[in-house]
Amino acid sequence: MGDPKGFLKIKREETGYRPVEERIKDYNEVEKELSDKERQLQASRCMDCGVPFCHWACPLGNNIPDWQDKVFKGDWPKAFNYLQETNNFPEFTGRVCPALCEASCVLALNDQAVTIRQNELDIIEKAFIEGYLKPKPPQKRTNKKVAIIGGGPAGLACADLLNQKGHRITVFEASDALGGYLRYGIPDFKLNKKIIDRRIDLLKKEGITFKTKTEVGQNLAVAEIRKNFDALCLTIGARVPRDLPLKGRELKGIYLAMEYLEQQNKIVRGDKISKQKLITAFNKQVIVIGGGDTGSDCVGTAIRQGAKKITQIELLPKPPIKRTEETPWPLWPKILKTSSSHQEGCTRLWSVLTKEFQGSEGQIAKILTKKVEWSDHKMVELKGSESKLKADLVLLALGFTSVVKNNLTKDLKIKFNSKGNLEVDSNFMTSVKGVFAAGDSTRGPSLVVWAIAEGREVALNIDQYLNEL
Amino acid sequence: MSNFPKEQGLYSQKFEHDSCGIGFVANIKGQKSHEIVLRGLEILERMAHRGAEGADNKTGDGAGVSVQIPDKFYRDLIVNLPLEGEYGTGLVFLPTKKKDLDFCLKITKEIVEKEEQQIIAWRDVPVKSKEIGEIAKKTEPKIKQIFIKSRKKISQTDLERKLYIIRKQIENKIRTSSLPQKDFFYLVSLSTKTIVYKGMLAPDQVSKFYPDLKDKRFSSAIAMVHSRFSTNTFPAWSLAQPFRILSHNGEINTVKGNRFWMQAREADFFSENFGKNLNKILPVIEPGKSDSASFDNALEMLVATGRSLPHSLMMLIPESWNEKNPLPESLKFFYEYHANFMEPWDGPASMVFCDGRYVGGTLDRNGLRPSRYVVTKDDLIVMGSEVGVQEFPAHKVKEKGRLKPGKILLVDTKQGRIIPDEEIKKKIYSQNPYRSWVEKNRIKLADLPNPKTKNLMFSEKKLKKEQAVFGYNREDVENLITPMVKDGQEPTGAMGTDTPLAILSSKPQRLFNYFKQIFAQVTNPAIDPIREELVMSLTSFLGAKKNLLTETEDHCRLLKIKNPILTATDLVKIESLNENYFKSSKVSMAFDIKDGEQALKKGLDRLCLKVEKQIDSGSNLIILSDRQFSKNIVPIPSLLACSTVHHYLLRKKKRMKADLIIESGEPREVMHFALLFGYGAGAIYPYTAFETIKNLIQNKELNLSYYQAEKNYIKAINKGLLKIFSKMGTSTLRSYRGSQVFEAIGLSRDLIKQFFPGTESRLGGISLKEIQQETLNQHQSAFQENSGFLKEGGIYRYRKQGEKHAWNPETISLLQRAVRENSYKIYQDFAHLVNKENQEPRFLRGFFKFKKGKKISLSQVEPKEEIFKRFCTGAMSFGSLSKEVHEAMAMAMNKIGGKSNSGEGGENTKRFKPEKDGSWKRSAIKQVASGRFGVTSNYLANADEIQIKIAQGAKPGEGGQLPGHKVDSIIAKTRFSTPGVTLISPPPHHDIYSIEDLAQLIFDLKNANPQARISVKLVSETGVGTVAAGVAKAYADNILISGYDGGTGASPQSSIKHAGLPWELGLAETHQTLVLNNLRGRVRLQTDGQLKTGLDVVLAAILGAEEFGFGTAALITLGCVMMRKCHLNTCPVGVATQDPELRKKFKGDPEHLINYFYFMAQEVREIMAELGVKKFNDLVGQTQYLKVTKVDHWKAKKLDPSPLLYSPQANQAKRPNFLYCQEKQRHKIDNILDRALIKNCQKALQQKKRVSFSTKIKNTDRTVGAMLSNQVSIRYGEKGLPEDTIQITFEGSAGQSFGAFLTKGTTFRLEGDANDYFGKGLSGGKLIALPPAGSTFEPEKNIIIGNTVLYGATGGEVFIKGVAGERFGVRNSGAIAVIEGTGDHCAEYMTGGKLLVLGKVGRNFAAGMSGGIAYVLNEDGKFQYFCNSGMVELSSVLEEEDQAFIKKYLKKHFKYTNSKKANLILKNWHSYLPKFVKIIPFEYQRVLKELELKKIEAKIKIIKKNEQLGEESDG
Repeated sequence: MGDPKGFLKIKREETGYRPVEERIKDYNEVEKELSDKERQLQASRCMDCGVPFCHWACPLGNNIPDWQDKVFKGDWPKAFNYLQETNNFPEFTGRVCPALCEASCVLALNDQAVTIRQNELDIIEKAFIEGYLKPKPPQKRTNKKVAIIGGGPAGLACADLLNQKGHRITVFEASDALGGYLRYGIPDFKLNKKIIDRRIDLLKKEGITFKTKTEVGQNLAVAEIRKNFDALCLTIGARVPRDLPLKGRELKGIYLAMEYLEQQNKIVRGDKISKQKLITAFNKQVIVIGGGDTGSDCVGTAIRQGAKKITQIELLPKPPIKRTEETPWPLWPKILKTSSSHQEGCTRLWSVLTKEFQGSEGQIAKILTKKVEWSDHKMVELKGSESKLKADLVLLALGFTSVVKNNLTKDLKIKFNSKGNLEVDSNFMTSVKGVFAAGDSTRGPSLVVWAIAEGREVALNIDQYLNEL
Repeated sequence: MSNFPKEQGLYSQKFEHDSCGIGFVANIKGQKSHEIVLRGLEILERMAHRGAEGADNKTGDGAGVSVQIPDKFYRDLIVNLPLEGEYGTGLVFLPTKKKDLDFCLKITKEIVEKEEQQIIAWRDVPVKSKEIGEIAKKTEPKIKQIFIKSRKKISQTDLERKLYIIRKQIENKIRTSSLPQKDFFYLVSLSTKTIVYKGMLAPDQVSKFYPDLKDKRFSSAIAMVHSRFSTNTFPAWSLAQPFRILSHNGEINTVKGNRFWMQAREADFFSENFGKNLNKILPVIEPGKSDSASFDNALEMLVATGRSLPHSLMMLIPESWNEKNPLPESLKFFYEYHANFMEPWDGPASMVFCDGRYVGGTLDRNGLRPSRYVVTKDDLIVMGSEVGVQEFPAHKVKEKGRLKPGKILLVDTKQGRIIPDEEIKKKIYSQNPYRSWVEKNRIKLADLPNPKTKNLMFSEKKLKKEQAVFGYNREDVENLITPMVKDGQEPTGAMGTDTPLAILSSKPQRLFNYFKQIFAQVTNPAIDPIREELVMSLTSFLGAKKNLLTETEDHCRLLKIKNPILTATDLVKIESLNENYFKSSKVSMAFDIKDGEQALKKGLDRLCLKVEKQIDSGSNLIILSDRQFSKNIVPIPSLLACSTVHHYLLRKKKRMKADLIIESGEPREVMHFALLFGYGAGAIYPYTAFETIKNLIQNKELNLSYYQAEKNYIKAINKGLLKIFSKMGTSTLRSYRGSQVFEAIGLSRDLIKQFFPGTESRLGGISLKEIQQETLNQHQSAFQENSGFLKEGGIYRYRKQGEKHAWNPETISLLQRAVRENSYKIYQDFAHLVNKENQEPRFLRGFFKFKKGKKISLSQVEPKEEIFKRFCTGAMSFGSLSKEVHEAMAMAMNKIGGKSNSGEGGENTKRFKPEKDGSWKRSAIKQVASGRFGVTSNYLANADEIQIKIAQGAKPGEGGQLPGHKVDSIIAKTRFSTPGVTLISPPPHHDIYSIEDLAQLIFDLKNANPQARISVKLVSETGVGTVAAGVAKAYADNILISGYDGGTGASPQSSIKHAGLPWELGLAETHQTLVLNNLRGRVRLQTDGQLKTGLDVVLAAILGAEEFGFGTAALITLGCVMMRKCHLNTCPVGVATQDPELRKKFKGDPEHLINYFYFMAQEVREIMAELGVKKFNDLVGQTQYLKVTKVDHWKAKKLDPSPLLYSPQANQAKRPNFLYCQEKQRHKIDNILDRALIKNCQKALQQKKRVSFSTKIKNTDRTVGAMLSNQVSIRYGEKGLPEDTIQITFEGSAGQSFGAFLTKGTTFRLEGDANDYFGKGLSGGKLIALPPAGSTFEPEKNIIIGNTVLYGATGGEVFIKGVAGERFGVRNSGAIAVIEGTGDHCAEYMTGGKLLVLGKVGRNFAAGMSGGIAYVLNEDGKFQYFCNSGMVELSSVLEEEDQAFIKKYLKKHFKYTNSKKANLILKNWHSYLPKFVKIIPFEYQRVLKELELKKIEAKIKIIKKNEQLGEESDG
């Protein structure tokens, strides 16, 4: 530990965001950077706890105190070495992770947590810029081949680790580009897509083969894959969206958040979208249903598109501002999160139930809502609390339910668990020998950091499986 | 004849310790008389309190007397006795069965005749068996006396030698026979000069048992006596002392190694005197006897083979001769010469010896046992552990003295004079030209030319591979090596260890980790290697050793190394040593994977053979190297290789022909080096450690030169080594080498027997197969993975991938949530998780499951309040903890009826009374630790229990230090010290160097508060059960067995991890040993160390505990999150910090702790209901409730924990077999002198009226004043009485602890002399000591006060007209003392108060002195040499203030004692003034200046304020 008294001297300083008026005019990342010196001081706040709860709370088990110390000392290369030991893609988590670590930071007990996420981000960016991170293809190749189906964070992490072990890896991705939800779910103002390209480029140089626009079971036969590879790993996500099948759902102008966000991400990339297909919030009253991160991303996107007014509604009650006794430290607190998008301007409503979509001329015009009350996890609709909200565009950001059942799962004759996701054993193997699975497709929709963590774990299991073949 | 039970359960007789009272009386002119014998016997009786009694309260531990042969007496009894000196005689203990007895007599006859001597007679020695105890009677031998003469006319010397040869042969023959009663046989002595009468007797039984001794014809000019205090109740007749030549009070800590080395030397023995007969006296050391007996064997052999007695003693227990010791150069060379071939027998020792002509004594190098003598004008000398064992009228006393560390007192009854130490030694060192021999022959490593060959090229890639092969992890580099290189010392840690033992771990372990350091507790003091550096040494000599029995120039032709950690250069120097006397050769310690399952065994066999071959071809420096490894060639664990070769060579009798140098990549932390030395290594070159440092520097992670870095690392290791040595009371590397002061846990008996013989390993464990497996796993992974990064260790800090920790995020947060939300449900989750993890297993208790019991309903189980009584919080001082936490714990415990523990930092007196709201912040347990901070009469009076902390789990055998910056004004106040001044806790209690000392301290404390129970805190280690038995015999009411894994505020990492055992082992051993000894019913047992749940409590109860301590868990309920940063004062939750800002963050509440205990009591009761046990007492020791479960862990399943469940039967069937405490100790405080004093002082006590009277005092009147002071404290608290309210004059020799804890208002005047611990814990009282009227000796040259004076004194005044022994004013923090001369280590660890010394001082003055002031009259100008100026500044006394102080106290001294010296100085003030030296600690001086500045500032403030006021009013 560099400075045992750092936390007594230095206050938490977040990088903050670019000014609202500036940032809503573009799709560049909103978060700013600190100078190296300031960053080092932030790192000095780490107390190198005997029991680092941050490290425990992190699904990846990032050795946070180790690299904080190195950042404090300005030893960036070593910090990077320690970071990449447990995290394949700190540039992703550094940007989009909700930072479970910070909630469990011991300093957060009675002070403010260390800026762990931002420190992490600075380390990896430094590594790219200063060139500590170079393609390092494995020195020896085994003759084992692994197909990874699904190029999201879990698949990429798994591919990376197995490749480092010398196996020959091919990643199959159904869409036209890699990254999964990172690519088309998260807006560029949170995660610039060049960041993903930069990583993919590196992985390619290290010898991983990527096949995009390849939907296994659709345009590539499952049997073919089975024949050519020693093991399979399914990291196909949990892409069945939760819909809101109310009256009026068929009206025009009601979209799933993913449809909306994906299109905007493609536009930012430079894709041309035909007018008929274009979903835009420009000059519209926008209603976002769903109070989570995806909803917030819709808000930010709609603002950038020039929406007239944005309202985000959430069925659950407004969470408290501060941690309550129900989720004491070091548990993850259910507290109100105000994202950069929220700051950019939107109305947020809580305890609001959507009852009906009303339209005119086949186009959404209003939504009918009702206030609810919650007690003991049960919802009660309040009589006489009906109201109508004007809506030109409704975005359904209600999350996902489970894995998509398709030819791939059918042809593999794979078993599902009670939640409709892929069933795996303690070694991450599915009901089919040699076929492994990880990430959202097994655990249900979750965080990027969990996807990477599972991708790593499944890789180790596959490696062991291959070694025993 | 021995009464030892067989080895059973966890008990083994090997662990017995003893210690004692010794003495002699002699007529210097050699005039024999019966009076001398009677005096000797009286000395014995006067020291009865230094011995002990068995469970029957009658059997003594052993006592005896050695005298010159009373020729006249025997002549009357035996016909045809030859002239005096022409026959030999001695008592013989014999079997009681006729057949066995006859066999012994027959053997004796045969051997005597074979040696051409003849038996004149066998005499039945009359004895009175009814005088002795039951236990003694059971093993009483038949006692006969043998008389032998020579058939031919031979000289007395030759006859004496013959008798020795005869005795050794008879002993051997009978020992190796299959005689059923062979243990009864013992040849007490056999000599033409002396005879020993002894037995398993109490001191007063000796003459009653042996009527011979009372016969007026029975006369001698010398009587040497000994009474024994053994830690068990099965002392054996043969272990009573005196032995043939000597009596010993103390303990040889390195005896294991000394015995091995002696055995090794036997192969090279050659003596002209003995010729072919030499083999007949082998083995020199009788197997199975005590350390003292082994020493006597060695000494006797050296004398028999031609060296004089003093010469032999100087070889075996040399005084310290490093540069810090004022010895003549030639004497130093004498010691250096002998150091080449004889290692010291290290340990505290007072030896008295007698060979018929000479009688005398000597003391170990550090003077750790007391030895006082008086010489009278009519040529009598009396020496003993105490003064006052013989009384003489004042005018008859010629001289009063003491034995000094390392010095010899020798009386030659033939010449009729006392030969001074210098004279004896001069004679001896002039026998041979030792100096020129050494100067001519020794080769110093440092002086060898630097080699031309270059060091091996360093490559990072190679290093990475080495690090992987030797299992380096990130913590090794970042948390161990880096701090060592930076700071030159081992890093510090906090909060103990909570990781599994090596045998239970799933992480790869180095073989080192299966070993634990053994440390001294109670029976033997640890040393302070920093403050008492003058006795420590790392110097050693490498090469082939010569015949011990002769002295030639060649004997010192060895390589002298001052530091046993070799650098690359050093090793190359050794390798290129090329001359006739030195030949090195390198042998690879590795095995070949291709050899399959037996690979490691084959590798070891090959290694031994290769080494032997090299030695046979003349190599005398064997380098065992693991440099050469590859994918298939695997390094043998260096410790295994080293110990195997060491023992192989011992067995082959070739060990003395070469030394072993270890070149290994494996050792890196202090413990590793200590182990290698402990198992025989001569020097170590840790190449990977050095290369790692080089790499750190190259990568700029360390900013210093490699030269400096290497130096710092070696310094850190050396410092750590000395600390480990000193933990066991060992001073020198030479005696530490091969002494094996370690125990193993998790290694199988076979493995130990083959490769680590002599090491304890109680529960079995893995064998060579698993070691090979573990080594291979590590090796192969090193060659498989190539990430280039070191792995996380997770040992010192929790890491997910690292070692498992019992306190981890889950357990911590569950417990905190449970107590904060007051949810038994969450507590159950917590307990379930903890218990499950324990059973993986991670702790020994995890091996146990309950057998199914007859369930009862919960309501039938005794209520939780009964369980609460058994709960205590750990001893954690205010100072290590914040005020808030310390008080919260006390309040919680007082509320539920449990007990909190003050820790060693004293306690604010405000907390002694309950608050108005009924809450009470008083700690029920008051701790007394080696620092004695804040231990006053009043503090002790406010305790329900007084706990003597002998050791602490996280750092047994070590002291501590509270740095000055942490000592704020409140802490300083409770500790009776000065803010800003560092407080050092010494490693030992300076009033406990042995078991009888502990008995004395218990007696002191019982006097200081007769209502409180006295508890003794020990740390679990093998043999602790026997120590505990001794503690029970020393009348402790309570014994705490602490696990090694207990928490700590700060401790060196190696101590946290590597010293001591889990409580399960120590507790079970203690319980079993106490039951066997029939002592269990007298004491309560408590345990602590990582206890967390009700299940833990029940398991501990079944293993023998009645009470339970919770340290870490209690802290966690109050908010601790295991930061492990206590030592940095940065605790972010306000628990372990004094920082006011951080303390504000404390969120704990006493209720949280109460909830925890409530939950635990509930869980305990639920388990009791399941088992069908209604009362908790019915769980204690009832191991039938448990069974051992099978575990599925490749190593753990090899462990056999069943000895923990062993249930012994008491040794004596007559007494009930108690399993828990059901009786009270007999404290023997009912008829003591204080009772009379209190009676006489009623007026003073009740009405504060003046009382003054005088009384006689004897050395058996101990701890006078403590109980009286208790009466004062109860009534008047800290304030005491007005000055001189009580004035008592004592006449005679005061026993130990005179004036202990004497309170304000009490004045004791002693006319006579006093023993050790004078003014212990002086709490404001006044002590005056002076020789009685009529004395003619010069006070400033004579000792009238013993050792360790004013230990932990907090206030008061002392005036002594005379000289005191060692450690005057040790840890004084407030008393003012005037004295006329002192021994060594005066003012040690002083933190306050003032000393005025008007005469000479001994070595090491002011060591560790951080506060207070001393003034010394430096008349001979040599003071500076004797002062340890590490922490203090010397100056002349220029300040008016100082001069005024000296004058004032000289006047007082004169007034009280009529001191001539004081008067002389006062009358010639101006000529004496320049001779005074003022000694003041730097830190203290700074603090005083700051205080002064503050005062001035405050004054200025007032002035300014006034001025402003003035200005305003003007305006």
